[in-house]
Amino acid sequence: MTKYIDQGKKDTRSGYGAGMTELGRTHPQVVALCADLVGSLKIQDFINENPDRFFQVGIAEANMMGIAAGLTIGGKIPFASTFANFATGRVYDQIRQSIAYSDKNVKICASHAGITLGEDGATHQILEDIGLMKMLPGMTVINPCDYNQTKAATLAIADHHGPVYLRFGRPKVANFTPAEQPFEIGKALLLHEGTDVTIVATGHLVWQALLAAENLENQGISAEVINIHTIKPLDEEALLKSVKKTGAVVSAEEHNYLGGLGESVARTLAQHHPAPQEFVATQDTFGESGTPDQLMDKYGLNNKAIEKAVFKVLERK
Amino acid sequence: QTRRDILRMVHKVNSGHPGGSLGCTEFFVALYHEIMDIRPDFDMDGPGEDLFFLSNGHISPVFYSILARKGYFPVEELGTFRLIDSRLQGHPTTHEGLPGVRVASGSLGQGMSVAIGAALAKKLNGDNHLIYSLHGDGELQEGQNWEAIMYAAGNKVDNLIATIDRNGQQIDGPTKEVLPLGDLTEKFKAFGWDVLEIADGNSLTEVIAGLQEAKKRSGKGKPVCVIMATVMGHGVDFMMHTHAWHGKAPNDEQLATALAQNPETLGDY
Repeated sequence: MTKYIDQGKKDTRSGYGAGMTELGRTHPQVVALCADLVGSLKIQDFINENPDRFFQVGIAEANMMGIAAGLTIGGKIPFASTFANFATGRVYDQIRQSIAYSDKNVKICASHAGITLGEDGATHQILEDIGLMKMLPGMTVINPCDYNQTKAATLAIADHHGPVYLRFGRPKVANFTPAEQPFEIGKALLLHEGTDVTIVATGHLVWQALLAAENLENQGISAEVINIHTIKPLDEEALLKSVKKTGAVVSAEEHNYLGGLGESVARTLAQHHPAPQEFVATQDTFGESGTPDQLMDKYGLNNKAIEKAVFKVLERK
Repeated sequence: QTRRDILRMVHKVNSGHPGGSLGCTEFFVALYHEIMDIRPDFDMDGPGEDLFFLSNGHISPVFYSILARKGYFPVEELGTFRLIDSRLQGHPTTHEGLPGVRVASGSLGQGMSVAIGAALAKKLNGDNHLIYSLHGDGELQEGQNWEAIMYAAGNKVDNLIATIDRNGQQIDGPTKEVLPLGDLTEKFKAFGWDVLEIADGNSLTEVIAGLQEAKKRSGKGKPVCVIMATVMGHGVDFMMHTHAWHGKAPNDEQLATALAQNPETLGDY
């Protein structure tokens, strides 16, 4: 099968930071806001190079979202960043009214999404954010898979007019996508061709899907792997093309199975091409403290869980 | 004439918020006709002009009337207020592209943050025009305001003039009974704002003088707050001094009485 090489483990949030540094140099209208988490969001270089274009709002996320909306009036492109939990659920109404409904060109950039932030536990682990954000009319929702893709996505959303939710994480994970691969919003990437089953994955689960596909191939199962980095708008064409060929799908995401990528996939299939589907996702539960690897294992969010789901879905074909 | 517009708008659809709208009529007239430096053609980004943000969006009737009479959109469109397919939604929005509105408001407590953002953008752009905002007093019960109040002072957002409509009323009754706001002047001062008071927010000359004074105090390192005492329902005797008309429209007979107290000056729409 196509080999994807881990170029060295890196955190996706550092990809965001690197993207911001570049935007600071190329996009004078880009400004950054943060709610007392500069170190975690990796934007110190942007701040050092553009002190006037950075707004530290303190521990006040609601105010941050409103200020970001206001900055667009005057032509700025605000990147408002904090942890995913505080960037979505905590400020849902501010995002809904002042940003989404008002069609403001704000980029909500959220680190520490999902369960893999680890030891801080469930108060900080949000597994509902994709659902919250994709429900908002006009909101684009992106969950890149590694450092390189997060950097590319950060650059791409600056040139896209409209509100965007960009979701990334804390742990160091495999960095395997090409460094200079341009990011096309809404365009799924076919990573590996297969004929027996389609695995559609997003975020940290994409690498796990590739590991699973390799192991499945050794067992004589040909799995197609698609990286759905943009959950909304969903690349329905790529999804349907693949499922029409394979006849079964496994969706994989670091999110609740309610409201996540899997549900968007299921809705698309139900409307256009019904097929058996299994969901690799958390099962309507909160997380807990632990190391990222322990949590991925306990909550069924790794390559082993994907392989299990593939066997299950193949039985239903 | 603005009062007539407000009364006729809410009467037609038997819904809307006449009380706060009537109470803020002088403020809007002063702001749009005397105080702000604005351009006739609407540009969302508003470069080279003063901008206004309405945080307490439920008083949309007075906002719409002023915008229409100022020429942002045809006066006849006031007749579509709250109707299906209208740009004049119950609460102001940008979604339908109504000129003059720069952000949606209605869910309370968000406007000051947005106004601060616009003020910061003005500073970044080297544009020394001012940002004005209006907030209900009851609205200050929303916590986000205090995040914004703290931010604006801490970051010397001195091109912002935020006015509080101190009418002392909210849906469930007088603010002092629902949730007392305490001494707002002292609160804003304690947060680091420059505060001035307008004792009679329903006196056009007083409002103009107060806002001119606020303008003079801008640009001196502190955001400026204007605490403006108004009477909800002002200009219609039976709507004054009560929260009963916060979100209720007059019937035919009440409308006739109210209109008789506010003669036509610019022609009804």
